[in-house]
Amino acid sequence: MVPIAWYLILAAILFSTGVASFLIKRNVVTIFMSIELMLNAVNLTFVAFAHMWHQVNGQIFVFFVMVVAAAEAAVGLAIIIAIFRTRSTLNVDQINLMKS
Amino acid sequence: MELALFIIFGLIAVAGALNFLFQRHPINSALSLVTVMMSLAVLYWSLGAEFLAAAQVIVYSGAIMVLFVFVIMLLNAGEEERTTGSRMAYIAGFPGAAAIFCLLSFVFLTERKALGNANIGGYLNNFTSNISEISTVLFTKLLLPFEVTSVLILVAILGAVVLARKEQ
Repeated sequence: MVPIAWYLILAAILFSTGVASFLIKRNVVTIFMSIELMLNAVNLTFVAFAHMWHQVNGQIFVFFVMVVAAAEAAVGLAIIIAIFRTRSTLNVDQINLMKS
Repeated sequence: MELALFIIFGLIAVAGALNFLFQRHPINSALSLVTVMMSLAVLYWSLGAEFLAAAQVIVYSGAIMVLFVFVIMLLNAGEEERTTGSRMAYIAGFPGAAAIFCLLSFVFLTERKALGNANIGGYLNNFTSNISEISTVLFTKLLLPFEVTSVLILVAILGAVVLARKEQ
């Protein structure tokens, strides 16, 4: 018997770690990975609430989130490869072409 | 038993997430993120989502993270350096993330009674498995969104090929 709130707090820890690493990391690939960490934390809350309500809809939502995350990872990594080819850096502070 | 599972794999997940945050090299971050995803798969299983536990291992740690590791090796990414932007992000980032965590856990702890407890293995009886329940809903009520995701995947594949193609 584990309280559902503990699962939600674990998800909150993972989500805020993802937010912190999204803000402080300077590598494009690592920033992209912290988005995946946040998506995983949200998935855990969906599964916990699906368990709580005795319904399967939350799990189906997690399935769709996984599909979208896979598509997003493919497109995002292709963009990162294209950026690296033209700028030959992965540091976000040096990718500032659109800054005045 | 479920309490032990939750504590062990929850601690592994939190340790992996903190290691992800504090490692400087992208490949170390990627491998600790795989640890987080595998322990989340165990937690999904203990919440009665067997299909999602398998999909988490196969899709997330098997496909997405391998793609990330491939890209890190392809681009030969080294240790990241600290800049002025990252110092500002340190000042604003950690208090902001801590504030988000405090707000979320305050809400969850005040609503703890209403949220109830989790029992191991889910809630369905022995005659309907989790997978058949999911597929029944997915292929009857949600058939159109399910088919639209296949179009989304196709568009993503085409976009990835076009974006990563070498310019002539």
